[in-house]
Amino acid sequence: MKIRNILILSAIAIALTAVSLLIGQWTYSWMPPQAAAESQLVDKLFSFLITLGAFIFLGVTGTLIYSAIFHRAEQYDTSDGPPIEGNITLEIVWTAIPVLLVFWIATYSYQIYEQMGIQGPMEAMHLHIPIGMKSASAAPINGDAGIVSASPTSSIVSTDATSSVIPFEDIEVNAKQWAWVFRYPKTGITSTELHLPVNHRIRLAMQSEDVLHGFYIPAFRVKQDIIPNRNIDFEFTPIRIGKYQLTDSEFSGTYFATMRANVVVESPEDYKKWLAETANRKPCTANNQAASEYAQESKELIKGWVTVAPAQAPVVNYSN
Amino acid sequence: MTNISVEDITGDAPQQEPITDWKQYFSFSTDHKVIGIQYIVTAFILFLVGGIFAMIIRGELITPESDLVDRSVYNAMFTMHGTVMLFGWTFPILTGFANYLVPLMIGARDMAFPRLNAVAFWMIPIAAILLMASFFVPGGPAQAGWWSYPPVSLQNPTGNLINGEVIWLLAVAISGVSSIMGAINFVTTVVKMRAPGMTFFRMPIFVWNVFSAQIIQLFGLPVLTAGAVMLLLDLTVGTSFFDPAKGGDPVLFQHFFWFYSHPAVYVIILPVFGVFSEIFPVFARKPLFGYKIVAISSLLIAGVSGIVWVHHLYVSGTPGWMRLFFMLTTMFVSVPTGIKVFAWTATIWGGKLRFDTPMLFAFGALILFVFAGITGITLSSVPIDVHVNNTYYVVGHFHYVLYGTVTMGMFAAIYFWFPKMTGRMYYEGLGKLHFWLAFIGTNLNFFPMHPLGLQGMLRRVSSYAPEYEFWNIIASIGGFLLGVSTLPFILNMIGSWIHGEQAPKNPWRAIGLEWLVSSPPPVENFEEIPVVVGEPYGYGKSEPLVAEH
Repeated sequence: MKIRNILILSAIAIALTAVSLLIGQWTYSWMPPQAAAESQLVDKLFSFLITLGAFIFLGVTGTLIYSAIFHRAEQYDTSDGPPIEGNITLEIVWTAIPVLLVFWIATYSYQIYEQMGIQGPMEAMHLHIPIGMKSASAAPINGDAGIVSASPTSSIVSTDATSSVIPFEDIEVNAKQWAWVFRYPKTGITSTELHLPVNHRIRLAMQSEDVLHGFYIPAFRVKQDIIPNRNIDFEFTPIRIGKYQLTDSEFSGTYFATMRANVVVESPEDYKKWLAETANRKPCTANNQAASEYAQESKELIKGWVTVAPAQAPVVNYSN
Repeated sequence: MTNISVEDITGDAPQQEPITDWKQYFSFSTDHKVIGIQYIVTAFILFLVGGIFAMIIRGELITPESDLVDRSVYNAMFTMHGTVMLFGWTFPILTGFANYLVPLMIGARDMAFPRLNAVAFWMIPIAAILLMASFFVPGGPAQAGWWSYPPVSLQNPTGNLINGEVIWLLAVAISGVSSIMGAINFVTTVVKMRAPGMTFFRMPIFVWNVFSAQIIQLFGLPVLTAGAVMLLLDLTVGTSFFDPAKGGDPVLFQHFFWFYSHPAVYVIILPVFGVFSEIFPVFARKPLFGYKIVAISSLLIAGVSGIVWVHHLYVSGTPGWMRLFFMLTTMFVSVPTGIKVFAWTATIWGGKLRFDTPMLFAFGALILFVFAGITGITLSSVPIDVHVNNTYYVVGHFHYVLYGTVTMGMFAAIYFWFPKMTGRMYYEGLGKLHFWLAFIGTNLNFFPMHPLGLQGMLRRVSSYAPEYEFWNIIASIGGFLLGVSTLPFILNMIGSWIHGEQAPKNPWRAIGLEWLVSSPPPVENFEEIPVVVGEPYGYGKSEPLVAEH
């Protein structure tokens, strides 16, 4: 009887593990495409946590539902169940298991976080040197190709024949109610669309003109609040050519939902071509949804109240 | 009346004068039972108000475009929905149950400070009326979200001194003061007013959890209230605590706010854990497994809750070491919580289960809570939080906590103690209908928020990209179903209170001091203060709970 129980329990544990692993693999399809190096790390961690979580969830709710089906009292049975009050061994085991799990999950999360090396506010940057990804100011991302490191202001020399040389620069991000403006200091161009070269570590210098905003690109799995009067540095590495959405992730007032921008990740050649072409364009006022909604009579069924006037629509070299 | 596990102690007629006159519920009564019911009914009315706001939000989000209400109206809706549901529903309903039950459960005649108790209650309708009045000021109600983060909350487009945000801050401060009064009262009552023999380790877990929760209120609420007052000064007289335009620090407000508002989640959920711990043993006919460790884990949760708030600020310009420290402390909450979940599972395992409505709600709520716990762990992990912070993934998670667990747990409590409070039985059929509508509605409404958040849909948006439409339609259908689910409940409660079958003093054959008195209990609870001689949850043990006299 004892051996039979052990066999049954083992079979259940194996089945649960299999199902949990399957669900863990499935998590990758719940996410947007992996368009940045960071997204691969985050997705790996998420898959791991969901695998563990699925095991616990299925184990606990399975036990509960089994009881609900098989341990019901008969209709006229008013007797009590077995008066079991506790079991010291069992209680120690189920306290120890979560403690160990917590340390395991925390350690793994810490490692992933270190590898991401996303930078936050300036004051933190100097304390914290990520081990996984070199900072954009120290070296470009394609570390496999024998790279000569460069100081933040000088351009990077790469011996990699396939990737062309991209001058290093902090792209300036300016957030306001309700628009994103990007400025490339080397060429002095401004744009409402963020263009980035693929496979290069990017560093942004972010500022807000008015309220809190949040820089968030779901396909990159990166997010950072932008706080007025503070310079926020932020780093990540796009790895997939395509067009993605940038959104404001920190509630910024009435037209919060309209504060979106395109992020275009392109080959270094296309990127340089875009920079050169845009530099020749005359600045003009960009389309701005918040400004046009504010100017128009509202079409909604229920009319609202006086709102904060949107900041001046951005004047840029390039807008979509 | 010593042995409660004997088959029949039901059917006694009330010996003392029960509370029957409905007018007293509109009076300044100092009876903890009257105040308890005042809290519960007020909270439920506000629950309906907050629910209507939620329907408007889900109505707007059923299509990607902003086409039902103006963006400013939408912003007011989610701000007021969050505010009313937290400060108007969860806190008052839990205070209501604690008020009603704690003195009965520990063998006291009333709370330690009955007048303070009444004053604390009456501040709630005042705060609620104030909050609703903000719909009628020129700029409309507050629109900065229930977090009220500056600088958005400091922007005042109408330029009027009396605006929605000022009223909002006053209402929150009043509600905070009311809760501080309540906390002083509860802690004193539990420490000083226990019946002879009612040692700490003979207290029901519900009392343990109310006690732990109220300790959090004592250290946390003064901080929130201070933050609200500082923001009010910034907004009205031009101080610059939080205004970056004048050199203030908006992130400081976030620390003030979350230092209380995260522990507040435990203030809300601990009493619900208490309700689970009362209900499972009764409907499984087994003692609560691991009583002592469950009791102590409540205090542990209260303790750890003081050092978790920065997990709301992972992406708000927080240095790396702080992100990692608070990741560890946040994850650590899962240890005492896990202990409780395992204890309930062991209590249910091998029991003689009966699924009356209170058990159905508690059981369903426990399953939803386990799900919320899993997503909670993912959120505490910094890299994952960086991705899903401020998205619908978070909204889904905390609605599984606040609707799936807290609200469902409160319905369990209402059905369980309804016979005690009113002296009438509710209709079982309507109760079960309510459960199934609510359980299905909860999952339809809040599950889709997880895939939406992982895909990157942000919270608080009034319009969204078309690719998010499918899950939003499902969520809205679930939301409307939750709205419908309250109808059988209202019908049941009103109908049963008027026409329900007379309830015996102990319809569930439960063990506990509150089940020794008539339903509803007499004015001073006990003819003679009972002397406690036994452990709680003595199901199947036929030991006496109180001494014979």
